[in-house]
Amino acid sequence: MAITVLIPTPLRSLTSEQDSVEATGATIGEIFEDLENKHPGIGERLCDESGEIRRFVNVYLNQEDIRFIDGKNTAVADGDEVSIVPAIAGG
Amino acid sequence: MSGKAKYFTALRGRESGREYPLDEVRYVCEFDFGPLEVKYDYDAIKAVLTRELIQSRPPNMWRYKELLPIEGPVTVGEQTGFTPLTKADRLAERLGVTGELWIKNDTVNYPTLSFKDRVVSVALTRSLEFGYDTVACASTGNLANSVAANAASVGLKCYVFIPQDLEPSKILGSQVFGAHVVPIDGPYDKVNRLSSEIADKYKWAFANVNLRPYYAEGSKTMGFEIAEQLGWRVPDNVVVPMAGGSLIGKIEKAFNEFKKLGLIDDRHTKIYGAQAEGCGPIVEAVKNGTDLIRPVETPNTIVKSLAIGNPADGYYAARGIQDSGGYAENPTDPETVAGIQMLAECEGVFAETAGGVTVAATKRLLESGKLDPAECTVLCITGNGLKTKECLEGQFTTHHAIAPSLKAFDVLYDEIHGTSQDKGKVGEPALT
Ligand SMILES: Cc1ncc(COP(=O)(O)O)c(C=O)c1O
Repeated sequence: MAITVLIPTPLRSLTSEQDSVEATGATIGEIFEDLENKHPGIGERLCDESGEIRRFVNVYLNQEDIRFIDGKNTAVADGDEVSIVPAIAGG
Repeated sequence: MSGKAKYFTALRGRESGREYPLDEVRYVCEFDFGPLEVKYDYDAIKAVLTRELIQSRPPNMWRYKELLPIEGPVTVGEQTGFTPLTKADRLAERLGVTGELWIKNDTVNYPTLSFKDRVVSVALTRSLEFGYDTVACASTGNLANSVAANAASVGLKCYVFIPQDLEPSKILGSQVFGAHVVPIDGPYDKVNRLSSEIADKYKWAFANVNLRPYYAEGSKTMGFEIAEQLGWRVPDNVVVPMAGGSLIGKIEKAFNEFKKLGLIDDRHTKIYGAQAEGCGPIVEAVKNGTDLIRPVETPNTIVKSLAIGNPADGYYAARGIQDSGGYAENPTDPETVAGIQMLAECEGVFAETAGGVTVAATKRLLESGKLDPAECTVLCITGNGLKTKECLEGQFTTHHAIAPSLKAFDVLYDEIHGTSQDKGKVGEPALT
C-alpha cells in the first residue's frame, strides 16, 4: 500500500531534502518502520526509546490528529496522506 | 565586544540542549522537535543592566532590550508595552482579597490592545533582520491583529490564518490593515497544522512558527514590567490566561532572569493558570497532578482567544504551575461573562473573554482556598473587551429613547427606580 508522507523541514536532511516520500504499511507504526528502513535515522526522531511518539511530534492522517484516532495503531489505507508536524506555539 | 552589542549567542533545544547558530531561521530542535530557546550571555548583561539604566529609558517594553533577542535597533513596535499596573481595591473587596490585588492592564497595549503586541514587536523586528518581506501567523485573533498592524507600519506583506468562527471584530481588526485574512474551516489546531505546512513551503516569517523562539521572548516583558512597577519586587501570586501556554512560562522566566541579574532580591511567586471549561487541557493536567496534556479535539467556549486544544507549551505550563506551588482553574462561560462585568464595574477596565476567565478563575481559586487572600496577587488582563463584545449581548437593559424634555426624563427616572418621590434636593445627587 502506498502512502504519501509529508516531511517537515527539520527532517528533510534525512530524506535527501524531499518534502514528501512514499511509504508502505497497514498502520502508522508500520509506516514509521518502513520510513526508518528507507531513511535510516528518522525513526529515533519520531519515537523515543520506549517506542512512543515523541511529545513534540504531531502526526496527522488525512488532516486528523492520530491521537484522536488510534495512535500508532491507527490503520492507514492506499492513497492516504500522513503529515508529520512539529508542535507550534499558540496565538 | 566590537560593533553592536549582542547579548544572545545561540538557539538551544530546550529538551536536548543542542545548540544552533543564530544566522539561520530554525524553530524546533532537529533531534526531538522540542522547542528552541534563546541562549543569553547573562554575565555580559549583568555587567550593564541596572535598575537605574532601565528607569532612565522611555516607558515601553524595550527598556529591557538586553534581555530581548534582536541584534540591531528596534524597527517594529518601538512604543509597545509599559501598560498600567493598577491597584484594584474595589475588585479586591468584591473577591474577598485582604492583601494587595493588582491588574496588569494590557487591554490598552499599543497598537492593537492585547499582550500580543509584545511578542510581535520582537518577532517582526527580528524578521526584518533576517530580510523577510512577508510575515504571517496562525492565530486565535489577537496575534493576527497585531501582526497585521505592525506589518502595515513597516510595509511588510502579511497573511494571517484564523479559525473561521472568530468574533467579527477580530476578523475586521486584521483586514483593516490590508492583511490577507484566510479563515480555515476547523478549530485552531487545524489552522496551526496548515500554517506549519505553509511555512515549510512559502518562505515567509511566521511569527509563531519559524520565528517562535524570538516571538516567545517578547512575553517576558509583561513579567519585567510587573516586577518593576511593583517597586522591584515580585508578587506572591500571579494569575495568567493560557492558550498555547507560552505567556505563563515567560512571566515565570522574567522573574527568574531579574533574580539572576540581581534586579530583585527574592523570587517566590506562585504561578496560577486560567482557561475556559470548554477548552482547558492544561488546567485538566494540573488538576490531575500530571504534565501529560490530553488535547481537546473540539473546543467549545466563548473564550475563543484561548481555544487551543493542543497547546504546544502545555507541558511546560503545567509543570511550571505545579513546581511553583500554584494551581489552575477553568471556569464556565457564564462565570467568564460575570468576570468581565465584575472587572468593568469595580475597576473601569473592559477586558475581553480571556480577562473574564482570569477574573473568574481567581474567584474560584480564592473560594477553594488555593489562593491566599492575604497575599499580594497580580492578574494579567491580556486583551480588550471591545474585540469580544458579542459575549455580553442581552446582559444589559437598553433604555428606550426619550423626548429631549425634562418631563420625559422624570418619567423614565420613575420607571428605572419605581418611585415618583425622592429625587433628591436640588444640588444634591439622588441616592440610587
Ligand atoms: C488575550 C490573550 N490572552 C492570553 C493568550 C495566551 O497566550 P499563550 O498562547 O502564550 O498561552 C492569548 C493567546 O492567543 C490571548 O489572545
